[in-house]
Amino acid sequence: MMARPRLAAFALWLVIVAVLATIVSRASFTADMSVFLPRSPTPEQQLLVDQLREGMVSRLTLVGLTGGSAADRAEASRRIAARLREDPRFSAVNNGEPVHLEADRRWLFDNRYALSPGVSAERFTTEGLRAALQDTLNLLASPAGLLAKPLVTRDPTGELITLLNGLDQASQPMLDGDVWVSRDGRIALLLALTRASGADIDAQEAAMNAIRSAFDEARKDLASAAGLELGMTGPGVFSVQSRATIKSEVTRIAAIGSVLIITLLLLIYRSLPVLLLGLLPVVTGALAGITAVSLGFGVVHGLTLGFGTTLIGEAVDYAIYLFVQRGQHKDGSEHADAGMDMFWPTIRLGLLTSACGFIALFASGFPGLAQLGLYSLAGLVTAALVTRFLLPAMLPADFKLRDVRPLGRRLGHLVAGATRLRWLVITLALSSLALITVQRHHIWNSELLALSPVSAADQALDMRLRSELGAPDVRYLIVVNGPDIETTLQSAEALAPALERLQAAGHIAGWDSPARYLPSHATQQTRLASLPERDALARRLQDASTGLPLRAERLAPFLDEADAARQRPPLSRASMEGTSLALAVDAMLLETAHGVRALLPLRAPIDGRQAHLIDAGTVRSALAAAMPSTAGTSPLFLDLKHESDALYGGYLREAIQLSLGGILAILVLLLVFLREPMRVVRIALPLAAAILVVVAALTLAGKQLILLHLVGLLLIVAVGSNYALFFDRGGQNAPQPSPLTLASLLFANLTTVAGFGLLAFSNVPVLQAIGITVGPGAVLALVFSAMLSRRTLPPVPPPSPPSVPLPPAR
Amino acid sequence: MILRSLVLLLTLVGGSAHTADWGLAQLMRMLADNAGGRVGFVETRHLAILDQPLTATGELVYIAPARLERHTETPLRESMVLDGDTLTLTREGKTHTLRLRDYPEAAALIESIRATLAGDRAALERTYALSLAGTAAQWTLDLLPSDQAVAKVVLRIRVSGSKGEVRGVEILQADGDRSVMRIEPPRR
Repeated sequence: MMARPRLAAFALWLVIVAVLATIVSRASFTADMSVFLPRSPTPEQQLLVDQLREGMVSRLTLVGLTGGSAADRAEASRRIAARLREDPRFSAVNNGEPVHLEADRRWLFDNRYALSPGVSAERFTTEGLRAALQDTLNLLASPAGLLAKPLVTRDPTGELITLLNGLDQASQPMLDGDVWVSRDGRIALLLALTRASGADIDAQEAAMNAIRSAFDEARKDLASAAGLELGMTGPGVFSVQSRATIKSEVTRIAAIGSVLIITLLLLIYRSLPVLLLGLLPVVTGALAGITAVSLGFGVVHGLTLGFGTTLIGEAVDYAIYLFVQRGQHKDGSEHADAGMDMFWPTIRLGLLTSACGFIALFASGFPGLAQLGLYSLAGLVTAALVTRFLLPAMLPADFKLRDVRPLGRRLGHLVAGATRLRWLVITLALSSLALITVQRHHIWNSELLALSPVSAADQALDMRLRSELGAPDVRYLIVVNGPDIETTLQSAEALAPALERLQAAGHIAGWDSPARYLPSHATQQTRLASLPERDALARRLQDASTGLPLRAERLAPFLDEADAARQRPPLSRASMEGTSLALAVDAMLLETAHGVRALLPLRAPIDGRQAHLIDAGTVRSALAAAMPSTAGTSPLFLDLKHESDALYGGYLREAIQLSLGGILAILVLLLVFLREPMRVVRIALPLAAAILVVVAALTLAGKQLILLHLVGLLLIVAVGSNYALFFDRGGQNAPQPSPLTLASLLFANLTTVAGFGLLAFSNVPVLQAIGITVGPGAVLALVFSAMLSRRTLPPVPPPSPPSVPLPPAR
Repeated sequence: MILRSLVLLLTLVGGSAHTADWGLAQLMRMLADNAGGRVGFVETRHLAILDQPLTATGELVYIAPARLERHTETPLRESMVLDGDTLTLTREGKTHTLRLRDYPEAAALIESIRATLAGDRAALERTYALSLAGTAAQWTLDLLPSDQAVAKVVLRIRVSGSKGEVRGVEILQADGDRSVMRIEPPRR
């Protein structure tokens, strides 16, 4: 008689699961942090995302060799660099060896008249030449004279010197022999630039492996180098590590969490079939969550999956509530819905309450948060529906659970005792509130870095190598867009005077521009056109050198080369092949979908009033003054750190507001359903107290909250609302919830704590944040709900034999 | 002039009495004992491409064993600071930092002076054959490049001095150009 409904229920469930599994199997998964960045509304944010994903910074890998002797490190550095320079996956490898130096010098010298900003018509008048010659004589008398002397007859106006002076000289790392080392000499340093973008994690991983195998090779070949160790860092390395960490953490937590929860459930159910049935809502819920995210976002983030494992802890509760009620009903076996009236109205209201919180998250503009919201919403609703409509039909006709009433009655005593301590809850909540109020400006961490799964040790290594290498941390950029290379370069050139002024005033320490290495054709032509014809130049040179120790007759090579320069076609990117300058141009001049983009990195002053900082307002107003609005798109100043922090801070504010909105919605919902303000207060109070105490405890422990703590707080509401509602409903008709309800609440709480508590030990900050919030929060919500339940004096009568039928719940 | 020759003669005679304990080792020790200080200098450069020599004056600061500063007053204020392998040039408000090894010729020249000041015989002998003449009170140390690359640039460097103090450096370049630096005794 029961067989048909059971089969039908199983068949229906199988169909649902098959559909969900099909969608899930086609879903695409990702693990990079880019999902935490929006498709941004402002051009700055778009640039930020582009830079973080594709920019030169994202392609930089910093390598440090430690251990062994200095000679071993240097030799290993040379070998690794030599090997990686052959590797097509890297567009540049630098360890200090002067591999490009000769080619760079030659190219700059040969093209000095097209490149030097000193070349102008005035420079080649008689007066201009005379001043230039005098400068050159002074240079010859200086310590640098020896370097200048061989070039004097070819370059008496010192264009190469002017040119070199103009190139931005960021500080170079220290050298030991011919390789870069840290200031204390204990680390040999290399920089490798991958060809693939930083967002291509597979390519970054391949590049990391190439570096590692080059290192292993070098270590193998060097007899004494066994003690050498390889350290790698950089955005690409971080992405690879993050992905690996998230993957292993999610797997590990899912595995341990499952084992823990299954063990707990086995202890409670003592039956394998019942255990499997109990997991049905969980599995279905998880599949539904992934399906919803996949359909809604196109891609599922690994963190969403990691979060999903925690849903086990929540969704498994539904089955517990059902089984514990149903399993004790001696007469319930004839009616599939027996026991349902005990728990379904409460669960339904709890579910609606949770949904309010997660819908709020779903509305976030932050895709990562919206994914979590959607996942939880779909997962919980599905799990509850499966428990309500499919699970009862699937239960065996003679379903029975071991008697948990004795346990429930002992719990009842505890609860009765606990209600005497209700003042403690109020005191704790109030003092927490006071602490939070005092600390309210320091509670949230609004730096994006706080979300990064990269360990503090790795971040410290990154800082260390970066400062030793003087590596472009490229925090500040000016971005110029144009339809083609020529226009973009001209726009970049137009900024030069403003940037020079900023540098002279000390607002910036230096700047770079692709136009320094590859001026626009217009500028090149203007410069070359300012060189007089050979005869005119010879006459002026003759006049200019009168009375100087440097006679014009000796400068015939200069006349020849200046004349040759006038005939030459303008320089293009192709002519730079083989120089490191080509790499510089490639890094700063990018093809985009809409044309060509120039990136001008700015260096912050290293000391003084605003060390390491550049004032955005100063730069922006200088840019506005430099670029008349007629010049097409205006240049953008970008502070990458500020932008990313602002972006994240915006998310955080938005999420806090949404959560507050969610809480308001929850209160309204409860009021509508319960129609008694006092009951709403009684349900809301333990939850509010749990949240306040958790936040205060985290703050006291010196933790600043990140976005995911907020998600954790919402989960406390989601999980805890069930507890509070059960206590409230139990207390409506009876002094306190039935022993059965109490036992099931305890079990549900244990599984929740097992599921979420594990996350607290994760290395991934976002998962850890959820765990450390929900684990203790769920316990507190249960305990506080018990303590704030109605006073039950006199205490419940002594344990009665199990044969006595329970009074109906309502 | 006569007086100077006389003094020279006397010191030569005086020095010959102590030949036994005067030699490269002693000179290097005396130089190494000199912790450094601040002295004036006048440098004259004779370049083939120029019709007249160029003169520069200023101060030298040496801090044993690796730091050498040259602060030029005329014809243009500028400074050169050598510290370890880093050479910092400051001219016309701009600072350039070079790595000595990128400029091996310049490195050989500068190193010759610094290593002499430091009394670092090993460093000198890496690049040069040394030949000492004169007495402790008035010595002349000739550095002849043994390194092929350096020999292409420099024919000879002649350092002269008195006891632990360097008084002059004359550099004869392979192309015939020559510079003579006269160093004043330290002001005390």
